[in-house]
Amino acid sequence: MTLRFIAAASIVFFTFGTLFPTEVLQAQTSHSQEDVQNQTSGEAHQTSGHDQESGEEEFVANKFIMEHIKDSHEWHILTKKDGTHVSVYLPVILYSRHSGFHVFSSKKLAHGHTHRGFRMGQGQAEGKNLEGKIVEVDQNGELVEEGLPLDFSITKNVFMMMLSVVILLWVFLSLAKSYKRTGISEPRGLQGFLEPVVVFVEEDIAIPNIGEEKYQRYMPYLLTIFFFILLNNLMGLIPFFPFGANVTGNIAVTMTLAVFTFLITTFSGNKGYWRHIFNTPGVPVWLAPIMIPVEIIGMFTKPFALMIRLFANITAGHIIVLSLISMIFIFKSIFMSVPSLVMVIFMLCIELLVAFLQAYIFTLLSALFIGLAMPEHHHE
Amino acid sequence: MDLVSPGIGLIFWSTLFFLLLLFILGKFAWPSILTAIRARNESIKQALKAADRAKEEMKKLQADNEKIIAEAREERNAMLREAKEIKEKLIAEAREQASDEAKKIVKSARESIKSEKRAAINEMKEQMARLSVDIAEKILRKKLEDTKEQKSLVEKLISEADLN
Repeated sequence: MTLRFIAAASIVFFTFGTLFPTEVLQAQTSHSQEDVQNQTSGEAHQTSGHDQESGEEEFVANKFIMEHIKDSHEWHILTKKDGTHVSVYLPVILYSRHSGFHVFSSKKLAHGHTHRGFRMGQGQAEGKNLEGKIVEVDQNGELVEEGLPLDFSITKNVFMMMLSVVILLWVFLSLAKSYKRTGISEPRGLQGFLEPVVVFVEEDIAIPNIGEEKYQRYMPYLLTIFFFILLNNLMGLIPFFPFGANVTGNIAVTMTLAVFTFLITTFSGNKGYWRHIFNTPGVPVWLAPIMIPVEIIGMFTKPFALMIRLFANITAGHIIVLSLISMIFIFKSIFMSVPSLVMVIFMLCIELLVAFLQAYIFTLLSALFIGLAMPEHHHE
Repeated sequence: MDLVSPGIGLIFWSTLFFLLLLFILGKFAWPSILTAIRARNESIKQALKAADRAKEEMKKLQADNEKIIAEAREERNAMLREAKEIKEKLIAEAREQASDEAKKIVKSARESIKSEKRAAINEMKEQMARLSVDIAEKILRKKLEDTKEQKSLVEKLISEADLN
């Protein structure tokens, strides 16, 4: 009962939360009119990559790739031949020290529009890159003194992450239910597919690194983080809406996950762990001024490496695939599409491997760090 | 630089989502999944162990069976051998007994023949004696038909008999 209720509630919550201020698939007539207006007024076009003056499309690979790698408030699906865009406009949620909370559709900010004093930032200001960020301006069009508003928008990444959470909840709650129903009979359907992975996390990641006695406490975390990273990695490889966002290749997400591992490691650290940091066995006392800072830095470098590793691997994969696709447009030749496509497919196969590998490595290292925080007495 | 500076919004949402996921899955999914998998693994382990045990037992049983069969065969052979021996012994005994009996029969026959013969001879002797007495009587009677002769004979007999 409770289980079903939570599943249903979460789905309803996510769906509503996502769709409420969103206006999916804009009506194209009004859209193209806007485009025309923008062209005539000479306003800078946000979803650029097109040279409006010459009318001829100028392809800039760097911009194209960065647009796909980075987070975004609207989900650009395709650009039609006449220059109109089909996008999903995601909700913008802002907190400004100047004017409080604001929730509105990102459609209001599209094409350089200003809404309630907010608009998409451009260029640099005070050493900060404002490109792609929402800035608050006063009546004169100047940036307000309070600085950038805090941006809690349901962006592309947040949206895909939501989707992955819904999928994970659905898959694993139904899996749990099917286990309750079938008991210990042979695995069927989804069980047969996911059970080896769960067993792998348990037997090859948790037990060898944390130890037979204590690993059970950490299983929920390790399984959750493994499947969360894996699913987001895989969804990031699917190039269609609502997939393809670079969630696990975003430093904020990998940082959050690494912080979880750091917190769990630190809070499960036993006497031996802290002793190792503040009074390393076998090291003379006069070395302590050097050893203690080194050990404390070591506490942070471990999760830091986790954060960078996942971010860099996934981002690099996306960049390579996008670069190979860009080659078609750089050479402006249909013949280039053949080698490009072959290489893209090859890269995607590797990325598939990397998706599993990075999920595995993140989980493995998390387990390893947790295990290291609980040294047995005989290690001393 | 923008790529590596984490945004507050995404940190907030990913923390929220991850905690939510961790809480719900940790409460409602992982325990039952892991328990079921462990229970099954345990039952498989037990079943394998039981199968091994059964196999060993069967092997033992088979060995026992073979032993029993071999013993039975051995016993049968021994019995056959014994029976053969007994048969031969019986035949030999019977033969011996028969020959003994035969000898005995022959011996007794011989004895009875002997005794019969003796009896026959005795009888013959008796009869011959009687016959000769009868003949002598008849002769004597004939001779003594006249008195003179009787007298001469008596005298003769008396003279012959030594009266001293």
